[in-house]
Amino acid sequence: MSSKPRLSREQVAARAARELHDGDCVNLGWGIPNLVSAFVPAGLTVFFHSENGILGMGARAQAGQEDYDLVDAMKVPVTVIPGASYFDQGMAHLMTRGGHLDVSMLGGLQVAENGDFANWKVPGAKGSGGIGGAMDIATGARRLIVCMEHTTKDGAPKLVRRCTYPLTALACVSRVVTDLAVVDVTLEGFLLREIAPGWTVEEVQAATEARLQVRGEVLNIAQPA
Amino acid sequence: MRSKVYPNADAAVADVPAGARILFGGFGGAGFPNNLIQALERQGASNLTVVTNNCGSGDGELGILFKHGRIGSVIASFPGPHARHFQELYAAGKVALELVPQGILCERLRAAGAGLFGFYSAVGVGTEAAAGHEERVFNGRRAIFYEPIAGEFAFIKAWKADELGNLVYRKTARNFNPLMAVAAKTTIVEVDEVVPVGALDPEQIVTPFVFVHRIVQAKGIHNVVKA
Repeated sequence: MSSKPRLSREQVAARAARELHDGDCVNLGWGIPNLVSAFVPAGLTVFFHSENGILGMGARAQAGQEDYDLVDAMKVPVTVIPGASYFDQGMAHLMTRGGHLDVSMLGGLQVAENGDFANWKVPGAKGSGGIGGAMDIATGARRLIVCMEHTTKDGAPKLVRRCTYPLTALACVSRVVTDLAVVDVTLEGFLLREIAPGWTVEEVQAATEARLQVRGEVLNIAQPA
Repeated sequence: MRSKVYPNADAAVADVPAGARILFGGFGGAGFPNNLIQALERQGASNLTVVTNNCGSGDGELGILFKHGRIGSVIASFPGPHARHFQELYAAGKVALELVPQGILCERLRAAGAGLFGFYSAVGVGTEAAAGHEERVFNGRRAIFYEPIAGEFAFIKAWKADELGNLVYRKTARNFNPLMAVAAKTTIVEVDEVVPVGALDPEQIVTPFVFVHRIVQAKGIHNVVKA
């Protein structure tokens, strides 16, 4: 596998942020998705949803301004933007599971070419594991974008033919944004849309277990679409 | 009319028996009934079954109950890596765990409160969460059946209660609290402030008093441990 430089987590988040449209209601999960809100293009209003009962979550609270009754799903004190609302956790997941949000972005462990998704448990990991909101969010998402590294720390592909890790949900992923590529999940499998600067299609394929289909031009991931 | 307002948290939890199933509000350090939890630790009831999003943070939140071995069984969505005492017990096989997807946990509580016998959802289909659940297909979509989750007690945190038990919450400290409130035989709330009947705007009340049985004013323990 090529040892060429890959995109940073911030660059992956910046690319994922270009998936957002003005007025979108968006849930961001742990990992790279948590960085996406910092890269929303200027002039767009996006209403971020938090599973603990916020639609219209704003930036992190500034030092000295923290209110520990107003936190995100990672316990971090946050703010709200004009138009925000608070509600209970059941209403928050009515929104995720019921398909009321425009986009959800989650970190991932494996995505399969049929759209199956694993993100909550590494086999053999210590501890109880925990599902949290991931299954509700993934199952109900109108458009689920998984943001993750293309391979594991050991170099194993995370875009696979079939998931071998415990599943989060079946056939739920729309698009995967990684540090090497943007890949869509289609009825025919993975479709390669964009690749990282300096990488070739063959090199990205070599880092991918499942076959990447190419139709038309493969864009540079760093270029605005 | 008998007052629901108890003089302190210890009095409010005095009759919780060993083996009780208790529902706990709270998420992300916000909205945990920490005074009630600590009173329950002092009270000493053991072999409890708890229903909660997570299993404490160090000694904070539910951590103190795990630390002292009071909990035998857990229904939770995300026990959490910071739930040190729970994780030690779990690794030693000393506590049982049922993991439930978070939104499904909410709906199972709501179902219990609403007099429903359960519901079907696509959430969890094909995953470990489906183990033991009946599966059906609706209009070509696979779904699994979830039973309600009720408690003998709910321990919740609100911002203000009136003396009847009408509740308002503050920001994301609401989280699971209204859902736990409807699903228990006896719901005990700790609040920052008890106000006279009529002092809360009826338009603003989130949990009507019919769901609330005991009220404790107990300021002072907020986010015992921040992870």
